Amino acid sequence: MDLFEYQGKQLFARHGLSVPSGEVAETPEQAKSAAEAIGGTVVVKAQVQVGGRGKAGGIKLAKDPAEAGAMAEQILGMDIKGHTVHRVWVEAASDIKKEYYASVTFDRSAKKPLVMLSAMGGMDIEGVARDHPDALARLHVDPFTGFQPHHARWLVYHAKIDEGAQKGVIDALTKSYEAFIALEATLVEINPLIWTADDRVVALDAKVSIDNNALYRHPDLAALQESVTDDPQERMAQERGVTYVKLDGDVGILGNGAGLVMSTLDVVALAGGRPANFLDAGGGSNAEAVVTALEVLLSDDKVKSLLINIFGGITRCDEVATGLLTALDKLGATLPIVVRLDGTNEEEGRAILAESAPSNVVVEATMLSAAKRAVELAKEAA
Amino acid sequence: MSILVDENTRLVVQGVTGREGQFHTLRNRAYGTTVVAGVTPGKEGQDVEGIPVYNTVRDAVEATDANTAMVFVPPRFATDAIYESLESGVDLVICITEGIPAHDMLGIYTHLKRGNQVLIGPNCPGIISPGKATVGIMPTQVFQPGRVGLVSRSGTLTYQISKELALVGIGQSTVVGIGGDPIVGSSFIDILGRFEDDPDTDLVVMVGEIGGDEEEKAGAFIAENMTTPVIGYIAGFEAPPGKQMGHAGAIITGSSGTAQGKKEALEARNVQVGTHPTEVAEMVKQRIG
Repeated sequence: MDLFEYQGKQLFARHGLSVPSGEVAETPEQAKSAAEAIGGTVVVKAQVQVGGRGKAGGIKLAKDPAEAGAMAEQILGMDIKGHTVHRVWVEAASDIKKEYYASVTFDRSAKKPLVMLSAMGGMDIEGVARDHPDALARLHVDPFTGFQPHHARWLVYHAKIDEGAQKGVIDALTKSYEAFIALEATLVEINPLIWTADDRVVALDAKVSIDNNALYRHPDLAALQESVTDDPQERMAQERGVTYVKLDGDVGILGNGAGLVMSTLDVVALAGGRPANFLDAGGGSNAEAVVTALEVLLSDDKVKSLLINIFGGITRCDEVATGLLTALDKLGATLPIVVRLDGTNEEEGRAILAESAPSNVVVEATMLSAAKRAVELAKEAA
Repeated sequence: MSILVDENTRLVVQGVTGREGQFHTLRNRAYGTTVVAGVTPGKEGQDVEGIPVYNTVRDAVEATDANTAMVFVPPRFATDAIYESLESGVDLVICITEGIPAHDMLGIYTHLKRGNQVLIGPNCPGIISPGKATVGIMPTQVFQPGRVGLVSRSGTLTYQISKELALVGIGQSTVVGIGGDPIVGSSFIDILGRFEDDPDTDLVVMVGEIGGDEEEKAGAFIAENMTTPVIGYIAGFEAPPGKQMGHAGAIITGSSGTAQGKKEALEARNVQVGTHPTEVAEMVKQRIG
């Protein structure tokens, strides 16, 4: 689960990391009164989970509350790379002496937490990593010993952090690691971590991702979960707990297990078609799960044919067949549907379809032939 | 021969009295696996169709000489269950459970690498050595004894490829589902090394997917350490690019992680990569059929 900047900063503050004082606002009036409460010059920042919002005009300086309200008016509702701005974060403007980069992340290759620090923050940090690898200090931490002061010192010296900022950066790194562990985060990233004119070290941005599997231990974080998509099918899928991603083709896909579904998309593309979506009905797909998944797929009128590709392990093919018939009965869909059933109870599943399926349902014996057939039918219907 | 599970496997199942745990334990036994014990705290003295239930794994291992544990408990109890099995001294732990928190896996992995025990999973379908034994949830009818080893990150894709192999008349020595989580106990390399040492495995099929860099690492391992031929398959060429939060992830992984990147990394090491499951089976047939 990815958090918005304002949520990340509120959590940082709770873990003792220094952040500019600020408030979240959903209307220009709220932004104005936030600026009044903060006092002085403020920054109005669009809250979207996508990079490049500064360039897109989503971050503005405001000298007084009236200007803060006007800026919020401009930014709220703005579309930044497909993300609509629903909130702004209003915070005290900072007097920046230097911009650094700091992060704690989950290195799945090394299978250890990785702490990174650079004195060249603010700008394109991926470019820094590529062109000036020495300017980005990296250190893996043993999860059992944790982040020790000597780790922080090593990072600060190797990243060549300015002397006057070293103490503050060490403190910020230590607190970032504490937050990473306490929140069960997969990422805590601060870019920029600034050194201010009055010699403080402050987190000016916050990118925090939380491990979804750990949310049951963090009800306060779980409560922050909200839908960030504007797409109707993706919204519907999220509400119903279906793993769905929309793509731009016309062959609807339903499969079980992420690997098999990805493979199905690939095979459809190889057959000359374009998949309309990724949909994983899950390992233990029962009839009900199939009905829910089909409701999501069939609500998308770009879908011209449907490919149902199931390999039953825990999933039982007869359940899938029953679910398909129930969904068709309920939704009355007439588009061509190609079904491939293999694995647990495959005979029973195929028998159910042979007995009762309407004429728009075609059963194919193999994944490859099913994909080809679904692509042909989509082309005929287009 | 085969790897990891065979006729010498003596299995203890954690979560044996749960609905799914019981169902799959009995299916494993029906296939031929020696299931010696189950564990459910508070239910010692009961039995599941003749399989004695103990309160703790330690007690079960002492009483039955179990050497392999299967974890079939809900995610919030699974971390404890894995540690319990490891500390009871079994050689191999197979964790089927999906949804274990990543920070828990960091600890488990670090602990594991300090010893010699083996963890398969979590979030995996288990292992089958066709004709000998199976531990996990794989649909056994898909597999037949043979001389091809198969290692995969995906459950259903494992079944798909095995089915394609069956259609061209090829069976498996052992099939290992290593699991789809970012951190799993055993990597491709760990399993490839075992297949390399197995005299009854003539070829290995490695089934990967997008994300991480384990396929890339496996490519280097194959080139440097293996004489047994490997054929690869990667799923996810058409998968929507995952939304990356922040830059730290991109800095670590660089360009690796995509299906194309993995395919190229393997081919650069002279590992053939099939473009779809049917083609993978055809490639295998050509090499050893």
